Amino acid sequence: MSEFFAALSEHTFLQTALVAGLLASIGCGLMGTYVVVKRIAFLAGGIAHSVLGGMGAALYFGFDPLIGALAAAVIAALLIGWVRLRWQAREDTLIGALWAIGMAVGILFIAKTLGYGTDLMSYLFGNILLVPAESLWFMGSLDVLLLVVVGAYRYQFLAVAFDEEHARLRDIPVTFFYLLLLVLVAVTVVLLIQVVGLILVLALLTLPAAVAGHYVHSLGAMMLLATLLGAAVSTLGLAVSYGPDLPAGPTIVLLAGSLYVVSVLSMRALARHRARLSVIAAGTRSKTG
Amino acid sequence: MTSPQSVIEVRDLTFSYGTAPVLEDVNLRVEAGEFLGIVGPNAGGKSTLLKLILGLLEPQSGHITVLGYEPRAATRRLGYVPQYPSFSREFPITVEQAVLLGRIGRWSPAGRLGVWAPIRVGKADRQVVRRVLEEVEAADLARRQVGSLSGGQLQRVLLARALASEPAVMILDEPTANIDLRLESDIFDLLKRLNARMTILVVSHDVGFISGYVARVACLNRTLVCHRTDAVDGRVIRALYGGQVRMVAHRH
Repeated sequence: MSEFFAALSEHTFLQTALVAGLLASIGCGLMGTYVVVKRIAFLAGGIAHSVLGGMGAALYFGFDPLIGALAAAVIAALLIGWVRLRWQAREDTLIGALWAIGMAVGILFIAKTLGYGTDLMSYLFGNILLVPAESLWFMGSLDVLLLVVVGAYRYQFLAVAFDEEHARLRDIPVTFFYLLLLVLVAVTVVLLIQVVGLILVLALLTLPAAVAGHYVHSLGAMMLLATLLGAAVSTLGLAVSYGPDLPAGPTIVLLAGSLYVVSVLSMRALARHRARLSVIAAGTRSKTG
Repeated sequence: MTSPQSVIEVRDLTFSYGTAPVLEDVNLRVEAGEFLGIVGPNAGGKSTLLKLILGLLEPQSGHITVLGYEPRAATRRLGYVPQYPSFSREFPITVEQAVLLGRIGRWSPAGRLGVWAPIRVGKADRQVVRRVLEEVEAADLARRQVGSLSGGQLQRVLLARALASEPAVMILDEPTANIDLRLESDIFDLLKRLNARMTILVVSHDVGFISGYVARVACLNRTLVCHRTDAVDGRVIRALYGGQVRMVAHRH
């Protein structure tokens, strides 16, 4: 750990990695909150994994893979959202199919692209230490986009996330805002891919927000706390992994996962303790009364 | 266009989800200021009729006008209390916020673009929220999480959310199905008071109970079996449910 902080001042790639982690946490805090409260983790997983198709195609045709990822994520979000709105009965099977097809397309493209075989691992599991400094601007502008859209449409998003039928009755264009929400989730997935890779994206998208949901009870507070937790686990993960030379992505995800498990267990213990106290209090009341 | 007094007009309505029609040849007129009860057996099409009036479903044949418009265009002037809340009880939201969402749609659009504009919540909106929560006697619940409410409290909050839009018509689907008797009469007393300023349409399976409150009942079992202004008697109920039904007067 102390090695990390010593190295941080020397190596710009570490500084870049740290900033990338912090930028990613903004996305994970904002959109992770919606994913958790609206229970669309499976949809988000489908979007995240079909991104590989776009990255593979971009590599094959010689574009920036991040642009390919962004395009694929947006298309996947629209497709999956449309499936969810039109085919409610079969949505899980269809999303599962899109999930697998997207990955298969990506792997085929990557296999046929010369010289990129080794990079496959870094797309799947991320490599925060290899984030180029230019990418920070890209990530930063995606964050600004998320903040502006979520800020402007927070009531529409709240209404659609809370109660779609009621939102429709209040004349909110539910389909539009639902799809917009998924597109923003897709943007976040692209932000997070750089840090933890697309296999592990789901963890960083849901775990900080889920932990935040244990302690605060409004969307705004959840977003803030989830962002802070995301920033903490990505910084800590980077620091812990640096000394023993572990891959940073999985370390970050493990930290987030442990935080979640500890939080769930302690919340449950607390609830049980409270219940027991109330029973004891009732017992003493009936004796004295 | 219908006459200005007619708030809801349903003409020759037939609707089907699949093979058999749920509603057939339904004709119904609701006048301004009415307190109409719709009764009928389960699966008689009551909730479907409400959803058609609200514009959530499209009829295959027949016509509905609400406040002189197509249902979709009038939706935001209706207050709706669903039988089952269509949201997750675990959603992190306070009663105050949930009721505030009822205000959406009050900001009427300058043209079609209105629905795309960001929503701004002002002081006046928060005052309305406070007022309607007081009206349903739920002001003390304002800061509570929606998930922590009991069935009766939740029903009041749903009512407040519908009232927050300051609707011309209140539409309620079995508002008392999940609560106990004392609360049931509380809620109907409240509806009676609200009726002074708005039209009310309430669906219930409890014929005897609502006949003590509503001015008129429409009995629905796929089609309108009866449609009368005087009190429901045993003969009508037999026609509707097709058998001997014990009727208990709930006069309070």
